[in-house]
Amino acid sequence: MALFRYHRPGDLSEAHARAVTPGAMYIAGGTDLLQLVQERVTQPAEVIDVNRLAPPEIETSEGGVRIGAGAKLNAMAAHPLVRERYPVVAEALMGSASPQVRNMATAGGNLLQRTRCLYFRDVATPCNKRQPGSGCSAWDGQNRQNAIFGGSPTCIAVQPSDFAVALLACDAEIVLASPGGERRVPMADFHRLPIEAPEIETVMEPGELITAIELPDRAAQRRSRYLKVRDRASFEWAVTSCALSIRMEGGAVSEARVAVGGVGTKPWRLPNVEPAIVGQALTEQVITSAAERAAEGAEPRQHNAFKVPLLVGTVRKALREFAQMEAVQP
Amino acid sequence: MPEDGRALEIELRVNGQSRRLGVEGSTTLLDALRDRLHLTGTKKGCDLGQCGACTVLLDGQRVVSCLTLAAQADGRDVITIEGIAPEGQLHPVQAAFIEHDAFQCGYCTPGQIMSAVALIQEGRATSDEEIREHMSGNLCRCGAYTNIVAAVRDAAAKMA
Repeated sequence: MALFRYHRPGDLSEAHARAVTPGAMYIAGGTDLLQLVQERVTQPAEVIDVNRLAPPEIETSEGGVRIGAGAKLNAMAAHPLVRERYPVVAEALMGSASPQVRNMATAGGNLLQRTRCLYFRDVATPCNKRQPGSGCSAWDGQNRQNAIFGGSPTCIAVQPSDFAVALLACDAEIVLASPGGERRVPMADFHRLPIEAPEIETVMEPGELITAIELPDRAAQRRSRYLKVRDRASFEWAVTSCALSIRMEGGAVSEARVAVGGVGTKPWRLPNVEPAIVGQALTEQVITSAAERAAEGAEPRQHNAFKVPLLVGTVRKALREFAQMEAVQP
Repeated sequence: MPEDGRALEIELRVNGQSRRLGVEGSTTLLDALRDRLHLTGTKKGCDLGQCGACTVLLDGQRVVSCLTLAAQADGRDVITIEGIAPEGQLHPVQAAFIEHDAFQCGYCTPGQIMSAVALIQEGRATSDEEIREHMSGNLCRCGAYTNIVAAVRDAAAKMA
């Protein structure tokens, strides 16, 4: 492994002061960062271990649930507050990575994991995310796994977090801390589109740290589930995925969030599918016609056009399974 | 731990014994175990967290030691394949792997066994389907999966 220095700061202000120096990076679980170092995609001069600054606690807060940024994926997936109130989050987490990685990776780090785009992780090729201004090799290259939403000729890399897609369906907020204080950013606004600066992936300021993720009570009043489609049964990123968070009243949908993964340069909500089910009973006809709208606005490239029908099928299947679940336990 | 962050003194509790050692800031737990403590049972496969050959227990939980910095394990409890059974004895999972011929070349086997030991502790060995899902972090390029599942199922039953 390329050499770097290691520091374990005593508090947030020390961490921040170190993090804004050139070549410094935070490390939490390390499961993505150390891969990137091994493959020479990222070469930190110093890593700042924030594990002792990022609390792992999961607790109720203002009616909702607050997840400390240091919570491990397995711990979140197993926690009763997450499993019972936000099953979509637990399911997305259990479908992520491997058991070993889920014991290491943290809530905060998961949101900051870098793309699996082949070219981002291959230092022999141009990539605007890895080397700004060098060009996008995926645009006309092997783009089977790349995005059909939110891309541009500068970058069509998918943001790969399943957890983030589930959080989007739950209207989660990300709590960011710096010596100046705390701020909250809705999940929907946390990741940036790659249009102008693909290398800048979130709205975080230099040195800022994720300290918690907050899930609102309102989302706990909805029923939710996660469906993930991938190239093998386990330990694989999503080709497509669908997070549903739906409230039913009197047999009809009264509120809906439909978010999808594997297809966007950031976690993506489907603005045309949600209104197509609100106010409706989830009949086969409603489900089919709503799902047909899932890929509206998609901009596929040569090798990922299959994601258009696959996404329609993924959303349709997720809605069908949700409707069946409702029929069993109304 | 000195201030420069490059050369670090750490203390690991490895297989029940306290070990002090000097490492670089960028030394992985895997390299510290193999190259500094000469515990070569833990294998280096992909070095990218994808194959599971380097699986160890850190504070009782299975992790891939190739993506763990030695410095992050400072002061913590590490169990490797060398430490799962008393000297001269086999752990029930090791015995089951032999009985079921659950390997061919054997390179992935220490990681498979560490993962299986953790999986049984986690209570995840209730069906073949669940064993497969929760062993998914361990690859076997010889393709001994069928016998690995049988060994884990058998060991779990004997340990119950």
